[in-house]
Amino acid sequence: MPLRFFDESEALIVAAAASLIFPSDESGPGAREAGVTIYIDRQLAGPYGRDRFRYTQGPFEDAPAEFGYQGKATPREIYREGLKNLKGFDKLETVERDKILEQIESSLFFSLLRHHTIEGMFSDPIHGGNIDMVGWQLIGFPGPRMSNYDDIDKHFGEAFRPEPVSLRQVTGIDVRPSEDEK
Amino acid sequence: MKTLPAVDVVVVGGGWTGLLMAKELGSRTALSVVVLERGGPRKTEDYSTDMDELDYAIRFRMMQDLSQETVTLRHSPSQRAVPLRQHGSFLPGSGVGGAGEHWAGVFPRFVPDSFELRSRTIEKYGAGRLPDDHSIQDWGITYDDLEPHYARAEFLLGISGKAGNLRGTRIDGGNIFEGWRSTEYPTPPTKIPYVSSLFREAAKSLGYHPYPVPAATPSISFTNPDGVSRPGCTYCGFCVRFGCMIGAKAQPTNTLLPVIQKQKNVSIRTGACVRRLVHDGAPFKGQVRGVTYVDASGEEIFQPAGLTILASWTLNNTRLLLLSGLGESYDPATGKGTIGRNLTHQVLLPAATVFFEKPLNRFMGAAAAGIRISDLDGDAFDHSRLPFLRGGSFAVLNIASGPIGNFGVLPPSVKARWGSDWKKAGLHYYDRTGSIGFDGEHLAYKGNYMDLDPTYKDRAGDPLLRLTLDWRDNERKMAEFATSKGVEMARAMGAKEILPFPGLRSYDATRYQSTHIQGGTIMGSSPDHSVVNPFLQHWQFSNLFILGGSTFPQNAAANPTPTILAFTYRTADAIVERYLKNAAGPLA
Repeated sequence: MPLRFFDESEALIVAAAASLIFPSDESGPGAREAGVTIYIDRQLAGPYGRDRFRYTQGPFEDAPAEFGYQGKATPREIYREGLKNLKGFDKLETVERDKILEQIESSLFFSLLRHHTIEGMFSDPIHGGNIDMVGWQLIGFPGPRMSNYDDIDKHFGEAFRPEPVSLRQVTGIDVRPSEDEK
Repeated sequence: MKTLPAVDVVVVGGGWTGLLMAKELGSRTALSVVVLERGGPRKTEDYSTDMDELDYAIRFRMMQDLSQETVTLRHSPSQRAVPLRQHGSFLPGSGVGGAGEHWAGVFPRFVPDSFELRSRTIEKYGAGRLPDDHSIQDWGITYDDLEPHYARAEFLLGISGKAGNLRGTRIDGGNIFEGWRSTEYPTPPTKIPYVSSLFREAAKSLGYHPYPVPAATPSISFTNPDGVSRPGCTYCGFCVRFGCMIGAKAQPTNTLLPVIQKQKNVSIRTGACVRRLVHDGAPFKGQVRGVTYVDASGEEIFQPAGLTILASWTLNNTRLLLLSGLGESYDPATGKGTIGRNLTHQVLLPAATVFFEKPLNRFMGAAAAGIRISDLDGDAFDHSRLPFLRGGSFAVLNIASGPIGNFGVLPPSVKARWGSDWKKAGLHYYDRTGSIGFDGEHLAYKGNYMDLDPTYKDRAGDPLLRLTLDWRDNERKMAEFATSKGVEMARAMGAKEILPFPGLRSYDATRYQSTHIQGGTIMGSSPDHSVVNPFLQHWQFSNLFILGGSTFPQNAAANPTPTILAFTYRTADAIVERYLKNAAGPLA
């Protein structure tokens, strides 16, 4: 799969970090099986990655957290910088990797990576993650199911888990995700 | 600048209020009406592919593009405001239908005494109970004036629900605290999901009076008085932040557009971003001459009009008056000026996040299908010994339950935030987590207001709107009270663990609360302290009417759209039956 934003070494670091955040373990598949790295790569290459929809005019002032992110750096820039500081991360032993992630836990880069890992696990497969709906099967989310009319007032107190369907399967349309737009 | 031929009526904004007014004028008069909408066209078919949590609920595909324009915020007049650079505590819409396309569709009326808040509160508790810094005022009309228009709005949208007070007769199973209703709801209550049914039983056991949430996602197919039909809801769960893929949830595009499209005297221009109201500037005899806008190609255009209807949502209604120099900007230090005053949001919070043993099947639902109680709303309970005024409703809904937005909401006993333990807990609790939501009233204060920001500009170089907004003790204490009650309710629901709301500190622009922002161009009984009269006609410029939440003197806890639509109907009547026959003079 060709990368759109990361170079190969960056992609390997992202894959290693995402696998620690959302591991493949006894509770089921994780970031690796879902293709989270491909998902993040496409998001950063698209309009979101360059802050197409954010207000980015200055002056840039510091403000308390309740005013939201006030920085100038785009998600792409935050990743580039964050990954620079993780050079060689994917080659380390697991124990050391854990320690390094603990050290950067409170950084903006880690917070983005954690959010994006969740997104890559559970967004519709059109976005490149959640391959074969592995994330939806894991969590028991059926995707864009057109009607629950006959079921909503049944199954009280027990898990009702219809087989997941994707947006393209449901609509029969080659839906275009936002990351493919300008 | 290009000048177009004059039209009779120009409407700024193509959302619920602008399109309802256009439809009413289009069908009841021969006036030529042009609606100017800054965003693009929309129709039901556009939504057949929108059931994608990432692009719509997380990346906000239907909302205003903040790279072009946002607002700035500060907590008090002594601070420097900073821009809200990304969406957070509220979500402004754009495009035909506006935020009415991606709303939840919860459709309650306001409690009757909200319209006379100041006088009723003083009557019962004395003027000394009003907060020091308050700017609470009566609306200049009563619930009885508005009741017939509420009924019209409910039939326009085909609202599902159960009456609790039919012409003064109390009906168990409905909301017995509501004002009198002239009619039952047009369609029966929606189906109720499991978690809401748990809330219903818990509320009953605590002595409250639960009732089905009034919903714009109708339980059965419905044809409204205009002959517009919509199907019943299928409980797919993609409501709030999405357009309804089958056109069940009432939206301007599926409820008003089908009528407007057949009207030869009404047209909608999309990509038309209004920048100024043009006026001759003479107060009391002044006239608005029309509006200037920039079209999709960037050309600046003057559209002259005999009558101007400003219907571009709370923030833009206020900003356009300020940018146009149409009236005086409110100054909290002197109390002078009326534009921008009485900014209110809503005390909306998850009183308790509730973790259960059993799975809830949360993916099934509609954002307005659930159970609500009003026992602690308005002044339904005595406040003599409580440290705050007013209250709000509690509700349990399967609202916005997608896995991206909800993964990782965990009980206090789980400490991990990434890794195997976090993942395992997240997978377990994703479908075992419910929320008891509280929608509380936000009083108006002298220090909460809007004006133009001195520093930050939009893409066209005009100043952004600046919000000066923070909570006061009344809201903080109301939130504490709501949280303690919410925790009791959660226990009665059989919670395994409970996460109480941590408390309101300063206004947090990053936590989504609601898109219920009010004030700025408020109505009232005198031009000294309001911008429009109770017919929503500008006090000084009689050929300007302003629609929407910007005209509310304060927030009244409940979702504002029913009241906004009721006022729009009342104003349409006043324009058709009085204004047009009365040489276009003042109505009050």
